[in-house]
Amino acid sequence: MNPAWAVIFLTVLCGAAQGLTVALLMAEFVGTGHATPGAAHRFFMGGALIALALSVGGLIASFFHLGRPERAWRTAAQWRTSWLSREVIALPVFMLLLARYAWVHAGGASPATILMLLLFAAAFALWICTAMIYAGIPFIREWSSPLTFINFVAQGMAAGFVLANLWAAFAAPRWVPIYAPIALCLIVAAFAVRMMVLARNRNLRPQTTVQSAIGIQAPKVRQVAMGAMGGTFNTREFFHGKTAQVMMGIKWTMMGLGFALPLVLLLAGWGMAQVLLVAAALLAIFLGQLAERWYFFAEANHPQNHYYQSIA
Amino acid sequence: MTQLALVIDLNVCVGCHACVTSCKQWNTSGSAGPLVDENPYAKDPTGTFFNRVQTFEVGEFPNTQTVHFPKSCLHCEDPPCVPVCPTGASYKRAEDGIVLVDYDKCIGCKYCAWACPYGARELDEERKVMTKCTLCVDRIYDETLPQAERKPACVLACPTNARLFGDIHDENSEVTQAIINRDGYQLMPELKTRPANHYLPRRATNALPGPLAELIAEARL
Repeated sequence: MNPAWAVIFLTVLCGAAQGLTVALLMAEFVGTGHATPGAAHRFFMGGALIALALSVGGLIASFFHLGRPERAWRTAAQWRTSWLSREVIALPVFMLLLARYAWVHAGGASPATILMLLLFAAAFALWICTAMIYAGIPFIREWSSPLTFINFVAQGMAAGFVLANLWAAFAAPRWVPIYAPIALCLIVAAFAVRMMVLARNRNLRPQTTVQSAIGIQAPKVRQVAMGAMGGTFNTREFFHGKTAQVMMGIKWTMMGLGFALPLVLLLAGWGMAQVLLVAAALLAIFLGQLAERWYFFAEANHPQNHYYQSIA
Repeated sequence: MTQLALVIDLNVCVGCHACVTSCKQWNTSGSAGPLVDENPYAKDPTGTFFNRVQTFEVGEFPNTQTVHFPKSCLHCEDPPCVPVCPTGASYKRAEDGIVLVDYDKCIGCKYCAWACPYGARELDEERKVMTKCTLCVDRIYDETLPQAERKPACVLACPTNARLFGDIHDENSEVTQAIINRDGYQLMPELKTRPANHYLPRRATNALPGPLAELIAEARL
């Protein structure tokens, strides 16, 4: 597939927002140990606003994927059958609950348990919807796996907890020593999950062949003409057109910036109030996850490509 | 239940692209608006087509065959492109099984194109909506046309009669008989989309008259 930047930003930004929300709710249930309740409210409200801002960013990015963004309101219609429609409902629900959660904290009150449970459920529902958009297409073998969901959660949680670590350095210092080791573990877990995805995709056997695509059972089938001179929607949408070297470069960007560098930076700042190091780790993980998501799309082989072997 | 479909005879398709141009002509002239052409007279022309003819070389030299392969929406009986549409713009008509896009509801998110394993859908780069073969729904029911012309434009244009059109759920129809008698098959049946369009395979034919075949056999020696 040809990776779409709008969808890459949508999934990466919202993933971080969901991860940050989980991190906030964790602190909420355990207790922040703030000296005054006012400081605790500021931490939760600020964190929720950061998550909300990220979700708004993702939502804005998603509009750039639409040919007719002015009709976007129609997308909630087919929630009975379409995971995309469900995502379109789940994202605003998540954002509304986040806003409500921030509002309650802004008023100096503690949110009701039911609100926090709903917010937690909304974060996971959004992950399920987003992942199922891809995992629900059975013949795109690289996506059609529970690993797609697990990977989206793992990447979002890693980014969210690094972000929580950074925000805590400003607003809840006593939570830095708690968030930091969890963030480290989550980065390692996200790396492990991504390795599993790569390993699975390397060993995939295609369901279809050019023989079944045109229904001619000859061992050798070669495409002579695609039926168009200057390319088509099919050649633009389903091929990334990058060389193997570029693909390798993006894979190593994902490994280096998404996992290795943030790990090193977090470890380097261990036990110290090194805000700059955590901020650098967050920037690295953001760029690394953009590469990760790009690779996720690019690696997917669509069966329609059998009909466009000349450029495959 | 009616299921309209095309049955395409690969044995007689000569790859002339008459179906491609007639499809483009009919569908660019209708009330749904023109199908875009970008750089039509320049380098790398590209545009929206509902139907394309591709060419494959099958077999190993010297025993190769050139197969011209017309390709359009297969109007699957279980179309994976329909349930994924978030707006309901993509739908399958109950009365005749044609899979259509409501251009006024489509938001151009391209999810249906991802969900179609055959690459049958094309986003119109000017109108920014998804487009596809309609089986010329705006002509096959047009009572102002003579009965013989109430067929898709591609079918009427084909000079070798390689394209048959009809109801594959009607046992006695020309298309069903062709599928039964000529081993008509579906594309990528393993994906369980149950395409309505079928293809008729190549047939071994001894076209050469006896003396000519002997001459060629001698020449090979």
